[in-house]
Amino acid sequence: MPFTWLLLILAAIAVVGYQMGRSRALKSAGGDRRVLHSLPVYYGSNVAMWAIVPAAAVLIVWLLAQPFFVNSRVLATLPDTMVSEGSSIGLVMSDVRRVADGLDTAVAQGAMSRDEALSLSTETSDVRERLGDVGVALGSAVSAEVLKGAQLYRTLNATGSTLMTVLVLLIALGGAAYAYSRSTADFRARNNVERGILALLIAAASVAILTTIGILFALLFNTIEFFKLYPAADFFFGTNWAPSFSGRGGASDLGVLPLLWGTFYISFIALLVAVPIGLFSAIYLSEYAGPKVRGIAKPLIEILAGIPTIVYGLFALLTVGPLLVSMFGKETLGWMQGGTAVMTAGLVMGIMLIPFVSSLSDDIINAVPQAMRDGSYGLGATKSETIRQVILPAALPGIVGAILLAASRAIGETMIVVLGAGAAARLSLNPFEAMTTITAKIVSQLTGDADFASPEALVAFALGMTLFVLTLGLNIFALYIVRKYREQYD
Amino acid sequence: MNDMRIVERKVDTNEVKIAAKDVQVFYGDNHAIKDVSVEIEDKTVTAFIGPSGCGKSTFLRCINRMNDTIDVCRVKGDILIDGEDIYDAKVDPVQLRAKVGMVFQKPNPFPKSIYDNVAYGPKIHGLAKNKADLDDIVENALRRGAIWDEVKDRLHAPGTGLSGGQQQRLCIARAVATEPEVLLMDEPCSALDPIATAQVEELIDELRKSYSVVIVTHSMQQAARVSQKTAFFHLGNLVEYGETSNIFTNPVDPRTESYITGRIG
Amino acid sequence: MTDASMTPTDAPKKKSSLMAQDARTRKRNAAETRFRMYGMAAIAVGLLFLVFLFTSILRSGLPAFTQTVVDIEFTLTQEQFDTAESKMLKTGEYQKIFVNALSEQLDARGLDVAFDAKAIQRIVGKPGGTIRSFFLENPDRIGTPVSFELAASSRVDGYFNGRMTRDTLVDSRFLMATDLDLVDALEEAGIIGGAFNWNFITGTDSGVDNPGGAGLGASVIGSFFMMLVVLFLSLPIGVAASIYLEEFAPKNRWTDLIEVNISNLAAVPSIVFGILGLAVFIQFAGFPQSAPLVGGLVLTLMTLPTIIISTRASLAAVPPSIRDAALGVGASKMQSVFHHVLPLAMPGILTGTIIGLAQALGETAPLLLIGMVGFVAREYPETFVGGFTDANSAMPAQIYTWASRADPGFYEKAWGGIIILLLFLITMNAIAVVLRRRFERRW
Repeated sequence: MPFTWLLLILAAIAVVGYQMGRSRALKSAGGDRRVLHSLPVYYGSNVAMWAIVPAAAVLIVWLLAQPFFVNSRVLATLPDTMVSEGSSIGLVMSDVRRVADGLDTAVAQGAMSRDEALSLSTETSDVRERLGDVGVALGSAVSAEVLKGAQLYRTLNATGSTLMTVLVLLIALGGAAYAYSRSTADFRARNNVERGILALLIAAASVAILTTIGILFALLFNTIEFFKLYPAADFFFGTNWAPSFSGRGGASDLGVLPLLWGTFYISFIALLVAVPIGLFSAIYLSEYAGPKVRGIAKPLIEILAGIPTIVYGLFALLTVGPLLVSMFGKETLGWMQGGTAVMTAGLVMGIMLIPFVSSLSDDIINAVPQAMRDGSYGLGATKSETIRQVILPAALPGIVGAILLAASRAIGETMIVVLGAGAAARLSLNPFEAMTTITAKIVSQLTGDADFASPEALVAFALGMTLFVLTLGLNIFALYIVRKYREQYD
Repeated sequence: MNDMRIVERKVDTNEVKIAAKDVQVFYGDNHAIKDVSVEIEDKTVTAFIGPSGCGKSTFLRCINRMNDTIDVCRVKGDILIDGEDIYDAKVDPVQLRAKVGMVFQKPNPFPKSIYDNVAYGPKIHGLAKNKADLDDIVENALRRGAIWDEVKDRLHAPGTGLSGGQQQRLCIARAVATEPEVLLMDEPCSALDPIATAQVEELIDELRKSYSVVIVTHSMQQAARVSQKTAFFHLGNLVEYGETSNIFTNPVDPRTESYITGRIG
Repeated sequence: MTDASMTPTDAPKKKSSLMAQDARTRKRNAAETRFRMYGMAAIAVGLLFLVFLFTSILRSGLPAFTQTVVDIEFTLTQEQFDTAESKMLKTGEYQKIFVNALSEQLDARGLDVAFDAKAIQRIVGKPGGTIRSFFLENPDRIGTPVSFELAASSRVDGYFNGRMTRDTLVDSRFLMATDLDLVDALEEAGIIGGAFNWNFITGTDSGVDNPGGAGLGASVIGSFFMMLVVLFLSLPIGVAASIYLEEFAPKNRWTDLIEVNISNLAAVPSIVFGILGLAVFIQFAGFPQSAPLVGGLVLTLMTLPTIIISTRASLAAVPPSIRDAALGVGASKMQSVFHHVLPLAMPGILTGTIIGLAQALGETAPLLLIGMVGFVAREYPETFVGGFTDANSAMPAQIYTWASRADPGFYEKAWGGIIILLLFLITMNAIAVVLRRRFERRW
């Protein structure tokens, strides 16, 4: 039974339960709704809630647990020799899954009967070719063990789905029946429903935590996997980045240092552009500009923040890069070889960060109490003296926090460096050379055709982990500084 | 000076320091000060009293052009200090404010050390020839602010760490350090406890020897204690101005009397 | 208080006039002016960048909306069809038929230009395939005059758009100077000309060698389905989470943890969300690659913090007196929130949601990782469910794909795509601004 049907039936049980619960409560009150403890709606909702929530919870847990169970059962049937042959469990399992999917497709298209899919054997037919006919391309011939595994995989999944459907529907009906039996006039339906809603609200709020856990697990597991294949010391202290393509051509050098260098270099240039311009804009807007100028200039500057990064990426690649080459390239100064360079990416990223720095600094400068300004003006200080000697020192922690937040943005920025910085990992001081960053390499390692189980792909997760830890550290530190700063003036 | 009423009551013969003629102040459409004319004497404490919102603080802020920092504020009429119109286009408010110091309602030390707080004014106005000179200026100012003995051992501690009364005396010392000729005080004791208030009031009395002090206060007792002259403001008008003793014992205007006896305010 | 009498009378103050500025004041005022100039310069530079960005987008992107087309009508006989189909190189044969038809029409108009099949190839690419597939699909049209509208190559397009002139043309395998004679002749004959490029808006992506035929349509649909997912997940979850945090959450460790989490998630680099999508949704949960559903899920997680932060601000802006009033007439806490606070906060919530959606619409990096760039979006999804689950591209991913193709003809398409993307964003933000203006309530 398709999954959507299961959901529809669940919904139907809930709707019917709602009606029945409502009418039963009304009937128990002799049709006089004033006798009821709660409004009739709540009795109906209570039944519907009991029908859906426990069933849905079981459904979700089952859906999450089933792949684990099936995988371990299938894996147990595979001979150990298969795994040790220079590949990993993940690789074999992905083969199994691919073949199983292929069989599914074949059955769905009618190219193979159900029984045939179950009884198919590598001795009697070329599975690869038969699956190829229905449009499922397999990398190599299918071994007997994999085919057996795939067949077991399909059977287990089919049984699992049936069991799940039955169980979920039983729970839904049971829940509805239980709640229905309690739908009498003095039952506190509203309190029950409200408790249920509160639980839903809490669950929604917990999505944020689940996301963080998801990120951590995704990164952590694959990073550990990577460090099994590639020594951690070489990753963290290696000064050479040279992944071999296709995972065959000898060992890859996967040192993170050149990427870190590129990342920091580009971010540094970006901050060099963004901080002075952003800070002075904020100062001008908050201290000098009249309401009219402020009303026009502030939103205009903030448009820069609303532009998607892909636009900046293209701007770097196609406009700023060639422009810089025409200024510093072979024909003039000869400093720049190609359009993609640290300078290109840094400059464009700096433009992107201007509104970020300026609006954060604006908030922070505005948080400096007017009494400070009055005190300074009262002593005969000019505006600029007041700003430089009173406001900025007072706002300094906040501004440092803002700059750190901007730095974290710069470090995590992807599209501008993917398009504007180049692809070569280099430890160089020349800002007109192409360099690459952590984010750019995450993209290139995961969008290439490397197998997910190879170190060349897994390294992306280690890079992601590095990036996550870096930005998280910066953010927490920056937010801490900014919060301390605000508390000072509250 | 041709106001006969005031001339009649004059006991002292201090020269006039600040002369305001027909001053009007507008906040946007709000007419905050209406036709105020007053002459404030040198070496005198003049108190501005009146119910809140009567314009006494606004008028005070006109005297060193602090109202310039508010966009919607417009000032009409003349205010002369030593005979020079401070709203003349040629006058630089920065120079004016060095001459007319100000102390605010809430103590507002900068988030710097005590020393730097006091040294700030002399530094920006270039009053010190060298470091030793600056040290002297700071010490003198702190002494005149009557706070030297309390802070001399911790000059480099942050000014924000002092108690409220100490902070306000620090602010007075800071204002004094730029060698002003007039000292404006906007309810300087409203954020202080009675003991700190007493200390500041005593200080004001001392300061009178060197400066013309103008103090805005909502406390009539304070006005009576510290001032020689009192001006009573009501709804943006200067209702009555004269010797403090006269105002409090023998007010001419019925509004003044109502306010002093507590019927309005 | 003996301190005060220390310096009362020493050095009778220099009675400097207020009217004359002393040297120091002049210097300080000069510094003041300079400082002010720095501020103005910073604003000017920021605005200059903005203008520069938009002019380069418009200048490079607008040509994508026009297209130079070769409009030609000719008849294919059954005999020609059969001969062509019997050959090994079938499309090559159609190519020849096309070239012949073209030269006949030029001759008929009395225009004499020498050209060969190569030149045609440089001008309109390889029309053989298009012609063949048309007749294979419509065999009944064989023998009747059929009008073909074939997109000219990007270089010819450039020649028409004025991006390139005879002087700047460098002979290459893409276009020769001599070809321009032919182009001029074709223009004189009314065979070649400019037209609004509807295909760019409604069409689908083309192969890597045909920038002229590339369209954004399919990826607009892909983005649309992604936004549906984002809207229907992030709005309810975000609002529910905000209601809990703002109205019900007790002050405890768990609440603190959630709060810290949300503010940190808002600052996690988007690429990390892409890794999450790849590892959890595709590898672990087995969702299909390149599917708008997965893209939508990832973008939902990214957008949630934005929506939660703005929703909480809107809820907090509803004065407590409203809650008290509801509680005072005997409503439960839950009822007071859902009946009174939430409706009053709704305009603010919607504004925040639209702005969050606009952010999500332009987000590219996570889409790269879930496989939206490797995929050539050649087809529209066939069914509604397919819109979510079938592999598709999305606007920003499509723009990236074009930008990273070798043929510079695609650059123009990428810029054009950016114009469309920005139009969407501007519209969404405008709606948000209007909402805010109309329903903004001051308490």
